[in-house]
Amino acid sequence: MEETSEKLSPPSIWSKLNIRTWVSKVPLLAWLIGALIAVGLEMAIGTPLARGLGLPKAPVLFGFIIMLKKPLLIPGAALYLLLIYVLPIGLIARFGAAALNRLAATLVEFSTVFSILIHLALLYLALHLWSGMSDYRILVVKLTLIAVMVTLSLNVINGYMGEFSCSHPGFMALGAYATSVFTVSLFVNDKLFGAAVLPSVIGPFFFPIALFLGGVVASIGAMVVAIPSFRTRGDYLAIISLAFLFIVKSLIENLEVIGGPRGLGSQPDWANLPTVFLITVICIWVINNFVRSTVGKALNAVRDNEMAADAMTVNTRRTKFVAFLFAAFWAGVAGGLFAHVLRYVNPSTFGIQKLAEVLAMVYFGGLNSVYGAIVGATSISLLGEALRPLEIFKWIIIPLLLILVMIFRPTGLIAFKEFDARQLVQPKKLK
Amino acid sequence: MSMLRVENMTHFFGGLRAVHNYNLEIRPGEVHGLIGPNGAGKTTIFNLITGIYDPTEGDVFLEDHKINGRTPHVIAAMGIGRTFQNMLLWRHMTVLEHVKMARYSKLSYGLIGAFFGTPRRNREEAESEEKAFTLLRMFGVDQFADQWVPNLPYGAQRRVEMARAMAMEPKVLFLDEPTAGMNPEELVQMMDIIRQVKEKFKPAIFLIEHRMKVVMELCESIQTLVFGEVIAEGTPDEIQNNPKVIDAYLGKEIVE
Repeated sequence: MEETSEKLSPPSIWSKLNIRTWVSKVPLLAWLIGALIAVGLEMAIGTPLARGLGLPKAPVLFGFIIMLKKPLLIPGAALYLLLIYVLPIGLIARFGAAALNRLAATLVEFSTVFSILIHLALLYLALHLWSGMSDYRILVVKLTLIAVMVTLSLNVINGYMGEFSCSHPGFMALGAYATSVFTVSLFVNDKLFGAAVLPSVIGPFFFPIALFLGGVVASIGAMVVAIPSFRTRGDYLAIISLAFLFIVKSLIENLEVIGGPRGLGSQPDWANLPTVFLITVICIWVINNFVRSTVGKALNAVRDNEMAADAMTVNTRRTKFVAFLFAAFWAGVAGGLFAHVLRYVNPSTFGIQKLAEVLAMVYFGGLNSVYGAIVGATSISLLGEALRPLEIFKWIIIPLLLILVMIFRPTGLIAFKEFDARQLVQPKKLK
Repeated sequence: MSMLRVENMTHFFGGLRAVHNYNLEIRPGEVHGLIGPNGAGKTTIFNLITGIYDPTEGDVFLEDHKINGRTPHVIAAMGIGRTFQNMLLWRHMTVLEHVKMARYSKLSYGLIGAFFGTPRRNREEAESEEKAFTLLRMFGVDQFADQWVPNLPYGAQRRVEMARAMAMEPKVLFLDEPTAGMNPEELVQMMDIIRQVKEKFKPAIFLIEHRMKVVMELCESIQTLVFGEVIAEGTPDEIQNNPKVIDAYLGKEIVE
């Protein structure tokens, strides 16, 4: 039926519905391979093409920065974007869909886990090659991945458990400082902590331990918020968590041992892209596992009606306690990575500004949803970078966008949706 | 042996005596009704036994184990399932998730299983899902399994709540006005379901109800509660003809 109507009236190809049905037939594998080919193309002919189009150099972040800085170059940048990214990905998705659907089916048939790993490897490869072309891109990708972790962990409390927690930057700060103190004092010759205790060669092997430690310290800090949550809810708990944020911030500012307000620097350069990517994937995997289990769904039960949850044998105190500590753990790990990506932390990084940013990511992407956290964190981080040339106007445009999303989708872009990697790698049905 | 026994329970809300010297004994498999005018303290008694409030005085025994003073989820896991007068369902959870959630205390995979998706967790979750589906089919709501509860018709929501309570495999089932707000058709369905539950799982049932038809047909013994005190106790026939009960419900007849 659809096909005949398409044939009868060709312009309807451009109608929303048809693009949607067309896109729905493209497997994830095709998008990833398309992205990989686009990146390869950029590596091969990016710079000469950019010169040919009159651009000073290949656009770093999809041409946004060039477009905003020099409006005269908009056609060139747009053409570059079209030729390098949109066209190859679109072509692969359009004409490779059938073959890649069969390939995806074969992979899934062989082993779903293997298929997921292949997809992840493709994603990593595309990111690695894309970001390999400039240091700025590497930084953006790393910070975006860290933002995904923070957003997802905050979503556990604000989305899944329905409490409004403002303490996440505090947890990040705890993790960042704990991890930094561990690595800097043990492996770096530093003014604050003196000479290195252990040879820095074995350092990278201790990095996971350092991050774990950061997470644990953040979890211990989270008890300050978790225990009052047994008795209070809603606005009162939000105020408690906000108070916690200020406590952490002023505590660090006043501890001269770890640098005080000047901050703590000279972290070793261990947070490279593979490490950040791997830890982000583990974080998504563990959190997604948790929220899909009955033990994790108990968070939703506590959110929607605590009395009913209690009457249905759910241990509500344990549930809240676990949720706070678990979320804080991942925020701490993300903080540790953050400190090692920037190789410098100071307490003022983890203030209200950061809180607003993380909350925006959570609510923009969607509550109670892993997809939402990923989409929210990625889009807000990339927008933040892309709109950088607008300087102060950036903070008018992003909040406006947030308000618009809230008007049309009050719970965020992709709220209340289960994330299932096994579903994601399945071939799309061909009609 | 009694299944559930309450001895001399009294409860105060501040200066208000909500329940006074309440005694109860329910035998295994018995259906016991609690009736009384609005505000008599019926739901308070439910909340006292299920641990939401702690009685000021008196004790509660489930199969001769003292249960008052424990937290509600422990009492629930010991075998008291309940439904609520105003149906406390979870807005953003599907019907299947509701029923699986009530099996929370039966899961033993713990946090490690939840975080890493161990084989044990997958096995227990699958088992729990299977049992949940059996219940959903029995209560005729399996076609809604993937739907959020607020999208269901009222009668179906009530049945989901019953299915959820039964998923706990309770020894005593507390039903707080299970037919409130139902039309005659739904009422008949609900009574059938209660009978079915009684036959199949044989729990003791403690029932609060306003509709005399339901109480008289289902219950084997009935207590009438007025202002926190039991004024009459007995079989449905005795209660129906008890002058005190008639007084409490209809008021005194003025005799010249």
